[in-house]
Amino acid sequence: MNILKISYKNLSRNRLTSILNIILVAFGIGILSILFLASTQIGNKLERNAKDIDLVVGAKGSPLQLILSSIYHIDFPTGNIPAKDAYELMRNPLVKRAVPLALGDNYDGYRIVGTDTTFLGMYGLQIDKGKFWSKDLEATIGNTVAIEAKLKVGDRFFGAHGLSGNSDLHKQHAYVVSGILKPQGNVTDNLILTNIGSVYKMHEAEDEHEKHGKNNESKEINDKELTSILIQYRSPMSVVLFPRMVNQSTNMQAASPAMESARLFSLIGVGVDTLQWFAILIMAISALSVFISLYNSMKEKKYDLAIMRCLGASKSKLFFLVMLEGLLITVIGTILGLLVGHFALEVIGSGQESSQARLTGLFFVMDELYLVVAGLLIGVVAGLIPALQTYRVDIADTLTKDR
Amino acid sequence: MIKIEKVQHNYPKGLSLKFPDWEIGDMEQWLLLGASGSGKSTLLNHISGLLKPSKGKVFIEQTDIYSLGNKKMDRFRGQHIGIVFQRPHLIRSLSVLENLEIVASMAGTAVDKKRNLALLAELGLETKANIYPDQLSQGQLQRVSVARALVNKPDLLIADEPTSSLDNDNAERVLKMLSSQASNHGAALIIATHDNRVRSHISKTYTL
Repeated sequence: MNILKISYKNLSRNRLTSILNIILVAFGIGILSILFLASTQIGNKLERNAKDIDLVVGAKGSPLQLILSSIYHIDFPTGNIPAKDAYELMRNPLVKRAVPLALGDNYDGYRIVGTDTTFLGMYGLQIDKGKFWSKDLEATIGNTVAIEAKLKVGDRFFGAHGLSGNSDLHKQHAYVVSGILKPQGNVTDNLILTNIGSVYKMHEAEDEHEKHGKNNESKEINDKELTSILIQYRSPMSVVLFPRMVNQSTNMQAASPAMESARLFSLIGVGVDTLQWFAILIMAISALSVFISLYNSMKEKKYDLAIMRCLGASKSKLFFLVMLEGLLITVIGTILGLLVGHFALEVIGSGQESSQARLTGLFFVMDELYLVVAGLLIGVVAGLIPALQTYRVDIADTLTKDR
Repeated sequence: MIKIEKVQHNYPKGLSLKFPDWEIGDMEQWLLLGASGSGKSTLLNHISGLLKPSKGKVFIEQTDIYSLGNKKMDRFRGQHIGIVFQRPHLIRSLSVLENLEIVASMAGTAVDKKRNLALLAELGLETKANIYPDQLSQGQLQRVSVARALVNKPDLLIADEPTSSLDNDNAERVLKMLSSQASNHGAALIIATHDNRVRSHISKTYTL
């Protein structure tokens, strides 16, 4: 029978009040943990995926959309650009590395990206099993794709038109899995990579395909289109010159991932801030509620405490007894809140369609430690005044009055 | 052995009360008599270490209890004095057995479950061990509070007006119980009362 058990017993006597307080604490902590986890994960993903990419060039339209579709593979592409113009741009001396992208198909929700070997260099991709694609209709798949779609090296699959869903299959050609990438921890885990020729092949009419036969890639490209180009600059000077050149002298647009992610963050930032203040308000209310419950229960507990003093408990022991009640509530609430936060995020993640931006609850950030500290602080603050009252209880007086 | 020497209590309004010296030998049983308001409770508070007298000393087993520090005194009280209150106040959130267990943990001694159950059995409460106080009758509560007072094998058992709200039969039974439990457990006994029914049971009296 230690004081922890007595605290617990006292709390379970006022079960409803205790549960209400625990829920309040858990609610505040839960919302904050979801915010911390989600914004950290989104931030990490944005950062990691755009690591070496300075600029994206694509068809005119929303720059944010261009970034989302070409780097994060979330939104739809803005349209196509003529391959000829694109390749001209890629040879520009200001450009260190340029990666052409041909998007538009998916397999089971995983986007099929037509590109060339510069893509591998840009993302630093390494092969886990098999080899990189080397000819048309060979595909190298990201690690997550391999696990979730259960594809092995040598398996065949049909791409479908569009960026999700498989209603419009390209039945005439099947891809062969030539290799599986090592896990990269970025968007490439969720992509299917192939050469640009394969993507073209999918989209040419049956008879056209017969006519072209085994044309080489470069010839095809001349009258074809691309979706976008990812560009890495040669020098910082390009930052000023290159986008202006693209936007002014070509029919394409240039979008900077850094600027667009910042804009995106400032858009969702308002919502995050509001939620954060809401959660902090709930935590303040929970602190007040714990305080009021403890304070009120002190009246009926006064005699209990006097009895315990009579039985030999010191003042400090009773001080900790009352503090412990507040702490028990907030600690349980904090743990519950963190669990709920992680669980909710896992549920949200599993309900998300785009696997690229999927959130997971199995992720921990240092900020959560602050939440634990905040939970403890609420307990201490709420318990302090009621606990200090134990020092003021005059046992002789309390007991005599009731004698 | 318990001894009070020149104990005096000053009330806030300038009134003061001097208590005659008193020596209680081991296992002696005493009545503390006096009308209501005569200072019985105050004296009991002095003896049990709850209220420091304005003057004078209280010795329990040669220890001047008010020379101990606060924390030590709390512990000393828990280990050497058992108190039965007029209204048997148990901690409501704990079961009967837990109410006994808390005594040991508050006084910093080890919980002896066997002894606690034996105490309950002696008082006819063996079936009530896991019941909560609000389900017990007044008489049962009083017996639990006697058991509680005996948990730490005290040198002195103090009962304050234990019979005032009881009828003749029950008063008789409680007095017999207190007297036999005190002698069974080797404790001295002080019963403070203004109830004349008590006088026939105990011969030694200290009158205020």
